Amino acid sequence: MKKSNIIMLLAAILPLGLFLFPLWKITLEAPQYPIPLGMYIHINDFSDANPHDIKNINLMNHYVGMKYIPDAIPEFKIFPIGIIITSVIGLLIAFKGNYKWFLGWFILMIAISAAGMYDFYLWEHDYGHNLDPKAIMKFTNPDGTQMGFQPPLFGSRDILNFKAHSYPQLGALFLTLGIATGLIAYFIGKKNHKKSLLM
Amino acid sequence: MKNLLKLTLALVFVLFTYTSCNNSKSSDNKSGALASNVAEKVYVAPGEHDEFYAFISGGYSGNLTVYGLPSGRMFKEIPVFSQFATSGYGYSEETKPMLNTSHGFIPWGDSHHPDISQTKGEIDGRFVFINENNTPRIAKIDLKTFETTEIIEVPNSAGNHSSSFVTENTEYVVAGTRFSVPIPQRDMPINEYKGNFQGALSFISVAPETGNMDIKFQVLMPGFNYDLSHPGRGKSHGWFFFTTYNTEEASSLLEVNASQNDKDFIAAVNWKKIEDYVNNGGGTMMPADYAHNVYDEHTHTATSTMKKEVRVVNPVDVPGAVFFLPTPKSPHGCDVDPSGEYIVGNGKLSANLTVHSFTKMLAAIEGEKFDGEAYGIPILKFEDVLAGSVEQPGLGPLHTEFDGQGNAYTTFFISSEVVKWKLGTWEVIDRKPTYYSVGHLTIPGGNSGKPQGKYMFAMNKITKDRYLPTGPEMEHSAQLYDISGEKMELLLDFPTHGEPHYAAAMRADLIKERSQKIYNLEDNKHPYAAFTDDDTKVVRKGNEVHIYMTTIRSHFSPDNIEGVKVGDKVYFHVTNLEQDFDVPHGFAVLGQNTSELLIMPGQTKSSVWEPTKVGVWPFYCTDFCSALHQEMQGYIRVSPADSNTPIKWSLGEDIE
Repeated sequence: MKKSNIIMLLAAILPLGLFLFPLWKITLEAPQYPIPLGMYIHINDFSDANPHDIKNINLMNHYVGMKYIPDAIPEFKIFPIGIIITSVIGLLIAFKGNYKWFLGWFILMIAISAAGMYDFYLWEHDYGHNLDPKAIMKFTNPDGTQMGFQPPLFGSRDILNFKAHSYPQLGALFLTLGIATGLIAYFIGKKNHKKSLLM
Repeated sequence: MKNLLKLTLALVFVLFTYTSCNNSKSSDNKSGALASNVAEKVYVAPGEHDEFYAFISGGYSGNLTVYGLPSGRMFKEIPVFSQFATSGYGYSEETKPMLNTSHGFIPWGDSHHPDISQTKGEIDGRFVFINENNTPRIAKIDLKTFETTEIIEVPNSAGNHSSSFVTENTEYVVAGTRFSVPIPQRDMPINEYKGNFQGALSFISVAPETGNMDIKFQVLMPGFNYDLSHPGRGKSHGWFFFTTYNTEEASSLLEVNASQNDKDFIAAVNWKKIEDYVNNGGGTMMPADYAHNVYDEHTHTATSTMKKEVRVVNPVDVPGAVFFLPTPKSPHGCDVDPSGEYIVGNGKLSANLTVHSFTKMLAAIEGEKFDGEAYGIPILKFEDVLAGSVEQPGLGPLHTEFDGQGNAYTTFFISSEVVKWKLGTWEVIDRKPTYYSVGHLTIPGGNSGKPQGKYMFAMNKITKDRYLPTGPEMEHSAQLYDISGEKMELLLDFPTHGEPHYAAAMRADLIKERSQKIYNLEDNKHPYAAFTDDDTKVVRKGNEVHIYMTTIRSHFSPDNIEGVKVGDKVYFHVTNLEQDFDVPHGFAVLGQNTSELLIMPGQTKSSVWEPTKVGVWPFYCTDFCSALHQEMQGYIRVSPADSNTPIKWSLGEDIE
């Protein structure tokens, strides 16, 4: 097996780390929470950073009319299938394909990840803006529009008395490494291809 | 190159300032203006934790208070033997059984000596045990939750005073009687006390894993007063020592009649020997009535079981198990040093402090050098067991604690002072006044093989001018001393609640690593718990109405209840659905003649309400729980006794 194909094999396997480690983490800091509230976003579920955190986030957020963070959202069914399919494609081309396919896989992964991030943004936007009209507390922006409570897609942001942090976790690192390794496999494959042409 | 030079210079300058700053700090400890600044030594900055936690008995409040050291701040009052409106302890259906005794429900107690559980002679931070003096009981408080989880009544005992001290692996909690009484209790002339009354020393076993208590045996001693006690440790592990007074066996005007003998005794009890005897079937089962109350942390409910018999041992039947050590003159405190060698008997009417030697005691027993006997129990010769005495250290010695560095600290009630002296040389090192009339004193890790030193605090019986002299009733006070140096230094005065009888203290980190923040709803096995709003219901059983209710920020479910009638017995079973640290909810209903309920996250508590008047009565949350706490309320409709109003309950129906 060619060196580039072995690297491509690694690239296809790395994203499966998403099934072992969380993808993202949202943390909410406030003075009355000496241990900040937090939730991990996995490829197929939400989980508490500390016991009962999601329940407590829900209890707190209902004051402004935010929805209860659901036990499951449709994406949690689609994302794992997507990752498995792309990994299988990656494996197939690692065994069968030439380096040009590696580039294709890389572009596919970039596209899927971008779509995933966009979907995550949409979910966050809906979660932070689509508020219960009977909410106990209503806040407006200085311009009179309804205040949104959307957590940041990436980075930190102040939301009322909370500081919200949103950062990738180990799972995201595995995905990124996998995608990057795909590109590396492509370049190495290309270089070897040129070498073999010259010889 | 120039830059490099500048950088080096800057670095040197920074290092210099840093180290010189350090130097000035360390020299401040010894001299200069800050040396006298004791405020700094007790200051605990906002957000910082105290280094030690002290559990101070409330005396006649029947409770136990928790204080931080060195700040002297009170953190909590733990209800133990008394009803406590703050949390509903002793009022709620779940905790009422905790105060059950063979004399019925007793809503008050007189708590005295807390002691922390030990493993291998060191404080382990699992439980605090404390005695109730008046209606003899021993309680166990779980340091995971700071809740009283077990209370056992002690039969055949009266004035449960020489209690509750634990052996070095918490094999036993010991409860000696202060008053001797007829055993079994009976109707007899009081002036026939002598020879007819007996004193029970109870050995309560503690199960190693669960901490469950059980009276393993009682030693029925001659009719003296057994005043205080301490376990042997290290080399003397397996023995227990009890001071006695009234060896005269007087029953009237004891201040005179019990002060006649030049020497009373310290009773040395080899409990291991008696344990072996009992394990081999020794002793006899005697009919007795006593309550054993256990709080189950899963059902959040206490049960009270009446026990019917207790095993008693006549010390004469176990030769070599009990001896008397003559000790001058009505000794009060009985304290054993960390090595287990020295037994300090503070003769409260004696000018000197008497210290016995465990090694000498064993030798005297070996040589059978007895000075007669009392009711068949051998009396050792005073000179044979004496290790030494501290000559005229003060007036009215009471109690002694040790710092683990070979020093002892004794309180003097009459001369209001603490005296530091050296074990072995018996010389006085230092003395400091207390304000005023000091009783007990505590060093963290006291009554263990490894005292944690650093601080000592004295618990005084009089406050007088320490706070505004407005009274007549004032809180008592405690005084904190730094004992890390050769001389003691008074750091702080702080008020205590009830009578600060005695205290046990320990390093706070031991508690911190064990502490529980919430009750997990999944672990809640309360028979009347409701886990969601869908579980809530109202059930009538004859004239009992059971309301399965939930609370969450910021509503009760249900919040409208109808169908209750005058003469009904209404049980509110309230489950707090919160799972966030420190979000309790309260519950109270108008006209309730118990107390409110304070329900911790994940907990279920029940309160009985017996409505006497027709009407629509409000109930509300008594603990400020959230931004919408004021809105956390509901109504219960009470119809006439003969009405046909159907049972109905709802939440949130009138909106939409």
